[in-house]
Amino acid sequence: MHELGIMESAVDAALREARAHQASRIHRMVLRIGTLSGVEPDSLRFAFDVVTEGTAAAGAQLEVESVPARAWCAACAQEFGVESGFIYVCPHCGRLSGEVRQGHEMELSRLEMS
Amino acid sequence: MNPTPEITPADECQIHPLSGAAARPGRLLSAPLAAEVSATLAAGPDGGAAVRAVDLRVPLLEKNDILAERNRGYFLGRGLVALNLVSSPGSGKTTLLERTLDEFGRQTKCAVVVGDLETDNDGLRLRRAHAPVAQITTGGTCHLDASMVARGVESLDLEGVKILFIENVGNLVCPASFDLGEQVRVVLLSCTEGEDKPLKYPPIFKSANLVLLTKVDIADALGFKRDVAVENIRRIAPTARLIQLSSRSGEGVAEWLDYLRSLNPQR
Repeated sequence: MHELGIMESAVDAALREARAHQASRIHRMVLRIGTLSGVEPDSLRFAFDVVTEGTAAAGAQLEVESVPARAWCAACAQEFGVESGFIYVCPHCGRLSGEVRQGHEMELSRLEMS
Repeated sequence: MNPTPEITPADECQIHPLSGAAARPGRLLSAPLAAEVSATLAAGPDGGAAVRAVDLRVPLLEKNDILAERNRGYFLGRGLVALNLVSSPGSGKTTLLERTLDEFGRQTKCAVVVGDLETDNDGLRLRRAHAPVAQITTGGTCHLDASMVARGVESLDLEGVKILFIENVGNLVCPASFDLGEQVRVVLLSCTEGEDKPLKYPPIFKSANLVLLTKVDIADALGFKRDVAVENIRRIAPTARLIQLSSRSGEGVAEWLDYLRSLNPQR
């Protein structure tokens, strides 16, 4: 529901970077979105066209890279990747983990411009 | 060798130690000019500027995150603990706060910032002589953000306040993404909602420091299986504290108030 606002700040950041690099056109934008960010990639894509209209990013390609969650198991003292879902069970000892190490990301990670 | 000053000033030329050749060091260009020059050099055969790629790490909620940190510092500086209460609409946030202000709020000064899309109904319900309340109407926005909280707090007299409750907009999705600068995030799940809510809306439950299972007085009448709900909360938020309570019957309320006391606000 707030994906529009998040996309606005993504496009703002991209336009700012493009200006700093003396670029007049953005061709491609890559966003990294964690599975725990609460942001829906499809809604972001939908907002992209609306937000970029009339800007240097109009017509650009948007790529949304999903960042899988990683959690920390205190008992095994090691990190583990979460394949899918939101129940984080340590693959080594089977304990539940509440310590998230990765998956909250929401960032502009790459820009292609000219 | 007596070089004349106008051809070899030391700051302009470098003499190669072996060949003796003099060379002028390259001038440093300003970043925009350097970018322009490299773009021109890299221009494609059709004369159009070549596409350049840069790798970045720009957080998309940077503005909110900065404001949230500012709020957090402000709260810490005042020695108060801020709790962000999030849940679906109708899970009992306001009722719990009414009871909390009436019982706990008489000994420990509390303040409330309450957000809704429209109306000041909750602000009116929470109004007490001993607890300042600020109502924020978001005008359609589905969550509170750090700037709304900052504005709400600005309108309050926080003198002597130890605990600030931020009652978020009723929504189990969007508030998960917005740090308000709170120290404790409280997620409420009411027995009228179904035991599997934590599985259906995991990000918000994962972000909880404390989960309150509310309206437990009517769980049996609803056929709500408390043990199943608790199990689901545990699976999604294994390290969050869990309290089961009913603001109406009073069951579990003492445990909630003990929790508030344990936050031990300084000053």
